[in-house]
Amino acid sequence: MAEHNSIWETLGFRKASGVGEAGWGRTLAVAIVSFIYFLPVLFIIFTAFKPQDAALSVPPTLSPTSLFGLIPEQFVFTPTLENFGSVFMRSMTAGGAPEPTGFDRYFFNSIVIASSSVLLALVIGTLAAFGFSRYPLKGNDTYLFIILTTRMLPAIVVIIPVILMFRVVGLSGSYTGIILLYTAFNLAFTIWMMKSFFDELSLDVEDAARIDGSSDTGVFFKIALPQVIAGLAATFVFGLILTWNEFLFALLLSGPDTRTVPVAMNQAVSSGGRGTDWTLLAAIETLFLIPVFLVTFFLQNHLLRGVTFGTVKR
Amino acid sequence: MPTIEIRKVTKQFGAFTAVKDADLKVEAGEVVCLLGPSGCGKTTTLRMIAGLERATGGDVIIAGQRMNDLPPQRRDIAMVFQFYALYPALNVGQNIAMPLHYEGLSKAQSDARVMKVAQIMHLTGVLDRMPNQISEGEKQRLAVARAIVRDPNCFLFDEPLSRLDVELRHSMRGQIKEVLTGLSKATVIVTHDQLEALTMASRIAIMKDGVIEQVGTPHEVFAKPVNVFVASFIGTPQMNLVEADLISFGGGKADVMLAGQPLSIAADPAVSRLRPSKITVGIRPRAFTAAQDRAGDTIAAQAELIEPMGAETLIHARTASGGDIRVVVPRDKRVKVGEALHLRPDPRQTHFFGEDGKAVRA
Repeated sequence: MAEHNSIWETLGFRKASGVGEAGWGRTLAVAIVSFIYFLPVLFIIFTAFKPQDAALSVPPTLSPTSLFGLIPEQFVFTPTLENFGSVFMRSMTAGGAPEPTGFDRYFFNSIVIASSSVLLALVIGTLAAFGFSRYPLKGNDTYLFIILTTRMLPAIVVIIPVILMFRVVGLSGSYTGIILLYTAFNLAFTIWMMKSFFDELSLDVEDAARIDGSSDTGVFFKIALPQVIAGLAATFVFGLILTWNEFLFALLLSGPDTRTVPVAMNQAVSSGGRGTDWTLLAAIETLFLIPVFLVTFFLQNHLLRGVTFGTVKR
Repeated sequence: MPTIEIRKVTKQFGAFTAVKDADLKVEAGEVVCLLGPSGCGKTTTLRMIAGLERATGGDVIIAGQRMNDLPPQRRDIAMVFQFYALYPALNVGQNIAMPLHYEGLSKAQSDARVMKVAQIMHLTGVLDRMPNQISEGEKQRLAVARAIVRDPNCFLFDEPLSRLDVELRHSMRGQIKEVLTGLSKATVIVTHDQLEALTMASRIAIMKDGVIEQVGTPHEVFAKPVNVFVASFIGTPQMNLVEADLISFGGGKADVMLAGQPLSIAADPAVSRLRPSKITVGIRPRAFTAAQDRAGDTIAAQAELIEPMGAETLIHARTASGGDIRVVVPRDKRVKVGEALHLRPDPRQTHFFGEDGKAVRA
């Protein structure tokens, strides 16, 4: 007898039982939702390639191609790379000669500041997390709680004492200052994340290594660390995204030489009295997206992989 | 030859005493099983020998040297963990080689040792696999291989077979015993499985609530349990422990009131030292013979539940006073539910325990 298929199954929805790969129907449903998520980002990326007039037209232009006549002519724009050029070189006054905008410097600042503070926090935080997990202090949880208090308040609340502290020690406007500040903020997050990864590991494996002759340092580097690579990757990516996009501290604590892209972006689009230059803003944003996008893309295998490898069953 | 010795070793976790004044000596070539119910402190004792826990009091002496203050890596021991504790990021060969890493051997020497051990433990075919890609039995053998690849002072096993299924457990028991015999090291095995202890150990130390109750050969702990706990813990089915009143002792025989019936039975002369009192009489289920009629040395009971166990049949019989007595009879002996039984205990397999629970023996 032929197997009966309901209309839903024919459309690719699996019967609501068991575990396994989803059918085309569900995959499509998820694809649609993902597309809605991606839409704002896509719109910005398209805007970066639009000429001024196309960006401001009503109704908005939606696509760089007519998709073989599928999209009506009035929604199609002609892509241009001009906006990306004017991120780095443009005339600051009407009719003036193009001059450097300094954005190469700001991108460099963002990359250096974000990556060094996240890496620094990862190194210190992972060591600290292992300590908190394996060699608990008296009142361990209190310290962990205190570490987290810096993340409990909006940045605006702690900014004033931080500014005063920076004034006193003379760190305002310096690379060291802003890197240390971000490191401190990322540390809280890193310690909590990494501690939970270390807590999940089997202590027996570490005991076994000790009996086999490994020192405590050896246990950390040879046994514990290889098992939390996924955790390191996840913590790095989340920390990087938070730091990369941070605006307020950067605005108040970076100097002209150490300005990061979010701050510069704000100044670039709101100065000159010509109103907001949307295509320029979109071009900066698109460029700004690339580094984090690449890092996340290359680490995603680690992000998705399980933490332990199933050798220790409980 | 290196030995393991613990003297008055105590471990406290806050107010809780996990191990109390434990004394044990394991000679080279000897296998001692720490046997007891869960939570009796046997694993804690093992971990103190290994140096993974610090003893609160007492001395841990390995190869004649006091080791209390030395970390595990300086005690020169090998241990097999209950959950194997394989290194998840290393393949099978690298797992075996790990203990050699710290010995400063050349690559060739190390490889040779790994190959030799892999052959003994039948792991040569899976050396390149990761620990999560091998079977449960292979994981177990890998854990043992990693322990024997070095030449340590002694071996410690924490519930080595508890994760295997019955069949595998049986064959691994044999393999481990064979390997240990070949190595002749001082070995401590922790287990809660008495069969494992009885089959693998030269001597068994039975623990309860942090105290070592008895240390003896498998034969001794079975034939001469020092107290009610050991008597009930060793042997399947469990020994019958029946409360009774000791009335008198004379002519090598004790007269007791057991389950509401007078019983006269040959007893150890030491029983004569007891005043008439409440005692516990212990009789192994296999120590009964069936009598035709009521006699002065039989216990009357009624068969209530019959469990065939293959070669033998287990009968739960109820005495007039309501007590339960387990009797094991050969398969060919047919007993029906409700049948009246007259059970004659074998005096040589009958134990008397005083009011304090301790065996009364000369």
